[in-house]
Amino acid sequence: MNTALSWIKAYVPELNCTDQEYCDRMTLTGTKVEGYERLDKNLEKIVVGEIKKIEKHPDAEKLIVCQVNVGEEEIQIVTGASNVKEGDKVPVVLDGGRVAGGHDGAPLPEDGIKIKAGKLRGVPSNGMMCSIEELGSGRDMYPEAPEEGIYILPADAAPGEDAVALLGMRDTVFEYEITSNRVDCYSVLGIAREAAATFEKPFVPPVIKVKENGEDVKDYISVEVQDKDLCSRYCARVCTNIKIAPSPEWMQRRLAASGIRPINNLVDITNYVMEEFGQPMHAFDLDTVAGRKIIVRRAKDGDEFQTLDGQVRKLDSEILMICDAEKEIGIAGIMGGENSKITDNVKTVLFEAATFNGPNIRKSAKRLGLRTDASGKFEKGLDPRNAKAAIDRACQLIEELGCGEVVGGTVDVCEPLKPLNVLPFEPEKYNALLGTQVSEEQMLAIFKRLEIEVRENQAGGKELVIPSFRQDLAGRADIAEEVARFYGYDKIPVTLPKSTATTGKLSFKLRVEQKARDIAEYCGFSQGMSYSFESPKVFDKLLLDEDDKAREAITIANPLGEDFSIMRTLSLNGMLTSLSTNYNRRNKDVRLYEMGNIYIPRKLPLEELPDERMQFTLGFYGEGDFYTLKGVVEEFFESIGMSERMVYDPEAGKNFLHPGRQANIFYKDTLVGFMGEVHPEVCDNYSIGTKAYVAVLDMPVILPYATFERKYEGIAKYPAVMRDISMEVPKEVLAGQIEAVIAQRGGKILESYRLFDIYEGNQIKEGYKSMAYSISFRAKDRTLEEADIAGTMKKILNGLEQLGAQLRQ
Amino acid sequence: MREKLEKIKEQALAQIASSDALEKLNEVRVNILGKKGELTAVLKSMKDVAPEERPKIGQMVNETREEIEKSLEAAMKKMERAVREAKMKAEVIDVTLPAKKNIIGHRHPSTIALEEVERIFVGMGYEVVEGPEVEKDYYNFEALNIPADHPAKDEQDTFYITGDILLRTQTSSTQIHEMEKGRLPIRMLAPGRVFRSDEVDATHSPSFHQVEGLVVDKNITFSDLKGTLAEFARELFGEETKVKFRPHHFPFTEPSAEMDVTCFKCGGSGCRFCKGSGWIEILGCGMVHPHVLEMSGIDPEAYTGFAFGVGLERIALLKYEIDDMRLLYENDVRFLKQF
Repeated sequence: MNTALSWIKAYVPELNCTDQEYCDRMTLTGTKVEGYERLDKNLEKIVVGEIKKIEKHPDAEKLIVCQVNVGEEEIQIVTGASNVKEGDKVPVVLDGGRVAGGHDGAPLPEDGIKIKAGKLRGVPSNGMMCSIEELGSGRDMYPEAPEEGIYILPADAAPGEDAVALLGMRDTVFEYEITSNRVDCYSVLGIAREAAATFEKPFVPPVIKVKENGEDVKDYISVEVQDKDLCSRYCARVCTNIKIAPSPEWMQRRLAASGIRPINNLVDITNYVMEEFGQPMHAFDLDTVAGRKIIVRRAKDGDEFQTLDGQVRKLDSEILMICDAEKEIGIAGIMGGENSKITDNVKTVLFEAATFNGPNIRKSAKRLGLRTDASGKFEKGLDPRNAKAAIDRACQLIEELGCGEVVGGTVDVCEPLKPLNVLPFEPEKYNALLGTQVSEEQMLAIFKRLEIEVRENQAGGKELVIPSFRQDLAGRADIAEEVARFYGYDKIPVTLPKSTATTGKLSFKLRVEQKARDIAEYCGFSQGMSYSFESPKVFDKLLLDEDDKAREAITIANPLGEDFSIMRTLSLNGMLTSLSTNYNRRNKDVRLYEMGNIYIPRKLPLEELPDERMQFTLGFYGEGDFYTLKGVVEEFFESIGMSERMVYDPEAGKNFLHPGRQANIFYKDTLVGFMGEVHPEVCDNYSIGTKAYVAVLDMPVILPYATFERKYEGIAKYPAVMRDISMEVPKEVLAGQIEAVIAQRGGKILESYRLFDIYEGNQIKEGYKSMAYSISFRAKDRTLEEADIAGTMKKILNGLEQLGAQLRQ
Repeated sequence: MREKLEKIKEQALAQIASSDALEKLNEVRVNILGKKGELTAVLKSMKDVAPEERPKIGQMVNETREEIEKSLEAAMKKMERAVREAKMKAEVIDVTLPAKKNIIGHRHPSTIALEEVERIFVGMGYEVVEGPEVEKDYYNFEALNIPADHPAKDEQDTFYITGDILLRTQTSSTQIHEMEKGRLPIRMLAPGRVFRSDEVDATHSPSFHQVEGLVVDKNITFSDLKGTLAEFARELFGEETKVKFRPHHFPFTEPSAEMDVTCFKCGGSGCRFCKGSGWIEILGCGMVHPHVLEMSGIDPEAYTGFAFGVGLERIALLKYEIDDMRLLYENDVRFLKQF
């Protein structure tokens, strides 16, 4: 919300502070100032000039030479403007002065433009006459300014006078961020009341007195509210003998500063009152209202209605309409109808100030796609008491500004007003909540400034009567906040909780995830993050079967578009997209990991919350291969205490991975994840022009096996005995199978085993490969004898023979 | 005999001094001290010496031998050192050639920010917990004092799955889960992903991260909130950091505030970074609204509490001067490796 400080000062006449002070103190009491701008920024040495004489420039056809009285002296100014004539009063910037911008209305330069005396085509020019654009404004704000040329000041302006002040530019526009609970502050009066309380100055709201013409409004109009649930108050007044004309300059300036374009006296008055009171109003041409009757009711589904912007809108039965005896004439609280629009020929005006149901207006505006200044105010839920005050204020202005006559009385259809809220006065509780020792007197002084009435209750204590415009004050904590705001948040002491000690810690899950990140990073993988939602097209990109479970994803009802419309059930798309981004930006050897959830529905459509499964996803391209990634996976498992043998099953069945280079990963017979080389077709789908590898570990199944417990086992005192075996093995036998035999049959004395050679080729017979293992045995308590090992070795070799291995001599 | 020995010694020392290679020194050793060496020959000829002279001559021979050996040894050491030095001289490397680095990965800046925040609050006795990202309307709104039709529900453009299930718009929902457990006192920190239907641009993302803090106990005051968050700001942004609390509004806290910190670029004097104000808005906070306590089964007459919420991306963007939020989700390694 933007408002000129001069308008605030109109109601807080004693307010006297710098712009910065105003900004800081208002912000500290809760009316946040987002920023402010002086209207006279970069306007220096600009006075009223009277053009005494105009002559043609001797050497330039398009220029004229003016003699201008600027008060103390007469100066010569050369200009190209064609709209000036002798006798005109114009704003003149003197030599050494400054204007805000150029005459073309282009964006204003930060420091304005300095004006110096000089020569134009050989003729001295000692200043410049200004257009409204050069003064930093425009025709939106000053509609009387010519489309092109110099701004002409009123004839009664005195030469030498400050032209900036005359134009109402010695003012500052403040922009406020009003919080949604402070409906009352979406108005100039509301902000002025806060300013008065902040600076402890008297608040002087306008005195509303309506001079009526002796007629009775009931002879003009009747009102029937059919849907009272959506309209708790409807006030109607009538003004006659309307004379459309420009509104006075002070009103135009105030509206302009608020960002509202002045139009004419009638429109300006309704806008002015909306700003001043925060109560939107609507004006109908009474001669277009059939039957001189207003009916407030819901629309019918499928009805169509043309709003005054010319658009035809489709209605439904939850949209509240203003109707006359025959037809709909306005969408309540949102926009009037084309059929009852005010024209310059209007004779009699029907004013409406109503209180509509906030949520209903908000939803209707949303469905219609039509959010207006009025609906923006209504949707916050207005105070019904304000409607009557506002409509009276509008009628007062109509009469005072000579815009028309006010018919006597108001048609006021009103649900019983809610009684004012009363709260107990609990000074100790406020202090206890705030950690302060604000005295009772200080509190009472604050309440007085906020128009909260303090009175004796029946028990002899004090109670607080909350004014109707403060619907946000409903309980003790709200009152404590009022005390805090005006006592000063900055004066509240700074302490630390003195209560029971608690243990700070990370959950076990988070500790394991932290470890995973550490290991990934030690291994050269950087952390990426991708969105939780993606396109349903990713399933095709990943070559998933039509009936793949992973396709059963949760759909977002109102997504940002199809690309963000389902909750991911696989973490691969994010990873592959990131790898692709890097690949296409020619980054070499990229290693990434992500720690993020996938969302598995228990049932579709969703009835209960889905299973959120944390996935530790690793992916890379460039240097390294399948086994590089396998190394990282195993480093991780070791680091979280999973020291038993991992089992890799090549029958992983992942369509998106290379059929011969993929594995499911098992730990103690539990599937904990999968890994592999990305299928070349999938790489193509993601525009990754090289081999890429991924591993996905399912953290929830890993967690039960993870442990940070460690026990020292002693460093071996007795020597190890090594045995190397070399064998020919049928090609289809996997290293994993051989190792399983060694691990299983090695018994207690088996310390470790290591594949040190693998070979396929000429010297090896068809269908076989040569493999060589080095096996290490050790006992904790003695030096192993040949006999200890011989038995174990025999068992191992037997086992290997069962796999079809032939020992090489 | 004495002269002979003197002569052998002189000769030997001279030969040692003139040797320019290890082999030559060896030769000297063999020629003089070896089995057929000159000195050995002298020893062998002892039998020709008068018996009473023998001990004296023997001592002389030994002295001569020792002297020659010492000299030999010194010469050899010197020569070995010279040889090694010559070798090393040939082994000079260019120490300014590029390093061979271990490639280590990098944490995401948002995670770095999160771990900083966690470190500070864990130190103050907070337990880090998590809540679901796909959430019931009740926990995201109603239990946080945002009933149906509340305008705040529209302000946070929410992604819905069904009428009742949504993507949480704030980690504040975790407060409710924690309070419902009924274990008091509470000092909780809840980080996590939140979602709002904002189009992607330089300052918005439909998915970002927050950290929610909650303390509930007897006699918790607004001054405790101020003290705790001031401490947090100093830890996060440096000892010199000052904080400012401004009144604000959140439906689930009352009184509510926003906290600004002195601009960490200019220290508060005003610069482009803080738009001249000297302050930067960092978080929202307040005293837990009595309705919220009550709805979660905590007696607001007996207990009070405070809560705060920090946007992690905001912290990361500010701390590292990242000018475009989209960078955080592109995962370009040239970006990531800067942290």
